[in-house]
Amino acid sequence: MLQIDNLQATVADKPILKGLSLTINAGEIHAIMGPNGAGKSTLGYTLGGRPGYEVTGGSVSFDGQDLLELEPHERAAAGLFLGFQYPVEIPGVSFVQFLREAANAQRKGRGEEPLSGGAFLKLAREQAGLLRMDMDMLKRPVNVGFSGGEKKRAEMVQMGILDPKLAILDETDSGLDIDALRICGEGINAIMRKPDKAVLLITHYQRLLDYVKPDFVHVLAGGRIVRSGGPELALQLEDEGYEAVVA
Amino acid sequence: MTTLTLPTRRDEAYRYSDIDALAGVWPVAREELVVAAGTSGTLDIVETGAATVARHLVITLEAAARFDLRVLLAGPSFGRIAVDVRLGEKADFTMGAAQLATGHETVEIVTEVTHTGLDATSAQIVRTVLAGHATGTYLGRIAVERGADGTDAGQSVRAMLLDRTATANARPELEIYADDVKAAHGCAVGELDAQGLFYLMSRGLPPAEAKRLMLQAFIAEAFAGAANEDMLSEKALARLGAIL
Repeated sequence: MLQIDNLQATVADKPILKGLSLTINAGEIHAIMGPNGAGKSTLGYTLGGRPGYEVTGGSVSFDGQDLLELEPHERAAAGLFLGFQYPVEIPGVSFVQFLREAANAQRKGRGEEPLSGGAFLKLAREQAGLLRMDMDMLKRPVNVGFSGGEKKRAEMVQMGILDPKLAILDETDSGLDIDALRICGEGINAIMRKPDKAVLLITHYQRLLDYVKPDFVHVLAGGRIVRSGGPELALQLEDEGYEAVVA
Repeated sequence: MTTLTLPTRRDEAYRYSDIDALAGVWPVAREELVVAAGTSGTLDIVETGAATVARHLVITLEAAARFDLRVLLAGPSFGRIAVDVRLGEKADFTMGAAQLATGHETVEIVTEVTHTGLDATSAQIVRTVLAGHATGTYLGRIAVERGADGTDAGQSVRAMLLDRTATANARPELEIYADDVKAAHGCAVGELDAQGLFYLMSRGLPPAEAKRLMLQAFIAEAFAGAANEDMLSEKALARLGAIL
């Protein structure tokens, strides 16, 4: 599904990703762990197409398409979802309006019929229920006044509504209390653990992986993947720390 | 102060005007409105045609009178709305205005709100969206006369530049001769939040749609609570679509 080959990227002319390669197949859940400054968030933003994250080498293919050629909204329509570490507050724009327009823009991009207002609200209510989020919260302006945990749950509701093929979730576990962590973990499983979907979890900690069991764990350090293994690698990292494992 | 002489740009109130365009409609007739004591009124000014528009409203609010004015200035090659308001005791005046311009259009709103009596309240909310080489101006003067204690006068002025070639002018002015006065005013000129735009685009909205959504929210503040909020928003949105 996603093939990253020798990816190099800079932020403000500073090289961050220095030859990162990773292949993710449908049905797989991958976790990328690594110390602060390793380039984890840069990987997420680069794959999402954020302005300012400049690709200087390598290639990324998503479902046979050259991902790097696509604009951010085209990447979304192609089935990529980026879960933000810090979801952005947008005053005055309601979640419901924004998500309906986003969902329909994606459908239009794929040549599908738009969702009616009723069909969209039904979908939104289902997904909000899955994340135990009050539907009234989705009538409020995007992320405004939401707690850290509510923002992350709202990210998962958006993922459920947009129904991507590949979700790249950047520190979805940060800022969550124990219950919210479990709810988000269960949400990820319910929405994304399917034979035709895949997930790339970017995280510092093992705890999210207790709920969302990864098939593969990678260690990112110095802008490239320095070690890959199964779920046991995450446990080893938790025990021994990055320094010992990366060395 | 009725004058038939065409102003020049040396005249502070016309410093940013398109004087050549103004000459075509000069002199501008004063539209006088008196809101009788204890009554209330509303007025929507919607100027969305391309022709030059210059209007000058003079509104007198008698004791405990209320007036709600909404202005949408979106389309004229030169558009100027001047509003002089005098508030009596316990009167209340609200103005919500949105100006949208692109190309080489010039739009401006000039207000002079004078509190003459005790305990009157006034609020102006002005939102300006400018693209291309457009110029948008808001000159807002609040005067509180001697003895007009208990005045509460607010002004919120924001302009959004979609292109670096557009120009926004904002000049809030306060002249206060009373002791017990609340006058809150905020003024900001900026660009659309790049982080917010990327967030919306990452969910599948094309750039123009993402901008439209954010600007819609920006303009909505000017029309919030208006009797004809939907009509005003719809007309603003139509113009926004053309600008983006």
